[in-house]
Amino acid sequence: MDFKTLLFFFFSAILLFAALRVITAKNPVHAVLNLILAFFTAACVWLLLEAEFLALVLVMVYIGAVMVLFLFVVMMLDIDLDRLRQGFWRYLPLGVFVGLVVALEMALVLGGEYFYAPDASLPATAADVSNTRELGALLVSRYVYPFELTAALLLMAIVAAVALAFRDRKPARRVDPAEQIRVRAADRLRLVHMPVETDAPAEDATAPDAQPKE
Amino acid sequence: MFENFVVPNLWPAAPEIFLLFMAGLILLVDLGARSPRRGATFLLTYATLALSALLTLWYAAKVLMPSAPDELARVVLTFHNMFIADLLGSFLKALVCLAVLTSLVYSRRYLEERDSIPRGEYCVLALFATLGMLVMISANHFLSLYLGLELLSLSLCALTALQRDNVAAGEAAMKYFVLGALASGMLLYGMSMIYGATGSLEITEVAEQARLMHRTRMDKTVLVFGLVFLVAGLAFKLGVVPFHMWLPDVYHGAPTSVTLLIAAAPKLAALAMMIRLLVGGLFTLSADWQSMLMLLAALSMGLGNFVAIAQRNIKRMLAWSAIAHMGFMLLGLASGAGRNSSRQTVLEAYTASLFYMVTYVLATLAIFGLILLLSRRGFESDELEDFRGLSQRSPWFAAMMLILMLSLAGIPFFVGFVAKFAVLEAVVFSGHYWLAVLAVFFSLVGAFFYLRVIWIMYFDKANENASPIEASFADKTLLSVNSVLVAAIGIFPQFLLGACGYVLARSF
Repeated sequence: MDFKTLLFFFFSAILLFAALRVITAKNPVHAVLNLILAFFTAACVWLLLEAEFLALVLVMVYIGAVMVLFLFVVMMLDIDLDRLRQGFWRYLPLGVFVGLVVALEMALVLGGEYFYAPDASLPATAADVSNTRELGALLVSRYVYPFELTAALLLMAIVAAVALAFRDRKPARRVDPAEQIRVRAADRLRLVHMPVETDAPAEDATAPDAQPKE
Repeated sequence: MFENFVVPNLWPAAPEIFLLFMAGLILLVDLGARSPRRGATFLLTYATLALSALLTLWYAAKVLMPSAPDELARVVLTFHNMFIADLLGSFLKALVCLAVLTSLVYSRRYLEERDSIPRGEYCVLALFATLGMLVMISANHFLSLYLGLELLSLSLCALTALQRDNVAAGEAAMKYFVLGALASGMLLYGMSMIYGATGSLEITEVAEQARLMHRTRMDKTVLVFGLVFLVAGLAFKLGVVPFHMWLPDVYHGAPTSVTLLIAAAPKLAALAMMIRLLVGGLFTLSADWQSMLMLLAALSMGLGNFVAIAQRNIKRMLAWSAIAHMGFMLLGLASGAGRNSSRQTVLEAYTASLFYMVTYVLATLAIFGLILLLSRRGFESDELEDFRGLSQRSPWFAAMMLILMLSLAGIPFFVGFVAKFAVLEAVVFSGHYWLAVLAVFFSLVGAFFYLRVIWIMYFDKANENASPIEASFADKTLLSVNSVLVAAIGIFPQFLLGACGYVLARSF
């Protein structure tokens, strides 16, 4: 076992542990931090595969941008842990049973003699081939169709997010000087014509609570 | 670096490109729109969808239809084989565009009466959903298929949640999102397994490799393992038992106009995805997926028809009926590869499925259109009670509903009967008599709840304080045309059946 293999197992162990902690951690903030650890170790595994650019992007985009934002969201939200855990023990036996059955079935198929990984040694690449450059060239030539579709997907996500989250602001109580200057007397003062009140007929005035006459 | 770069042939994808361009344009136009009715946005959206359908048909007529003397199928691949254009795709794409167009026309008044739904975004998201469907229909690569699927389901999910003051809609959107993500996960897992077995993500290449494996008698365990997950993911998207849990809640909770968008056009895209993956990609494994589909079909028909009887809400009832209908449609796909199957019989079975789906979508459009027309501001008209005595309030609408219900029930001389008959014929021909008997029995059970709607409309007394039905002339005309089309296809099914058979024969 050479040093690289040792490193691979080391990173994989951390990755699995972190991934497990993401779903078992009691505190959501811990879960997010574990997810960051998982992403970081995944980036390390990618480095071992000589995919430097992908590793870099994973660290920059996922950890640097997405997860930090996510951490903010989790910290801002007041998550009621007890309500989240409601019914956990009630559903646990069934969940574990189904999960075990699925895992067992998959293990039986995957562990069979027919399931083998083909020899997946990396092709030797020349030292002057740039990973980033090749990826970029592939994205805009061979994979241009999915690339454009992803752009459409992101645009749709923006539209959806704005439509779901944007609320029309209630009219704020602020002063608009321009409007104040443009004001005319007619806007402020309304002249109402009211006829002069004359004396009411005598019988009504004398008995306001009298019964109506037959 | 780009010495050998060739600009891909863009013409086959003209409808998609046009649609994407117009979606962006409409987004900008809507930015400047002042009127809350958004008339310009709606008109542009209608025009976009109609022109996309025309573009599809134009390309089909110009490039795909003309045939060389001994040419069976004509298929155009572009974008490095990620995009496939064939007559089946063009047919379904044109239908999808028209179905979304019809849905939006029906929904317009409904949306105008509900202030909490932003209309501009509604149109744009509907266009993105359409784009997703078109991409799915003409996908020849797992990557583009998946992206199209996500484009479709995420926009539909956002549309469901768009009415923010509606708690049921929010819940429906959540269920749709979570279960949709689960389905996508299944699908991706299956795809990764198939990639592992064949070494390709390209569907035509996968088919080639699978054939090679079959010929050289290599073990196909991994391929079948992937297929199981693939079928599970597809079943989720199509909504057949036991992957149907989201369907009734989403149909019921979503605003009716969104239910119409979910219920009609995406079914065509789901059928296309199924045909592309199972028939186009893994036909070598048809013996394996045949039994899976039969099981799904039998369960869906059984559960769907029985549970629909218990529903008091017509949207929920239609959701269960959709589950049952999807099961019936699967029967046709499943019976394609039977004991004595030749190219002809296989094509006939798929023709039956395609015909079933097209007519189902046509009837669904009209039914939800009718529910939309009967609803008013602050009143949804989605309970069975609301249809009480409809014949006294509006004999014409009641007659339309009568046609639609009879055709969904599969009463002779209505289109549902022709569709069911075609599927049953294929099932019997493939030698699965018990399945045919089961299908007939469950259809009889299903007829009960369709006929109950008719009973309520014609023989119950109308509610005294039911308000009059107000619908614009255009809506009424479109609904009448739609329903009369359903009736006409029932009497003269040869044309549509012939078209379905023709596009399938020229695509495979």
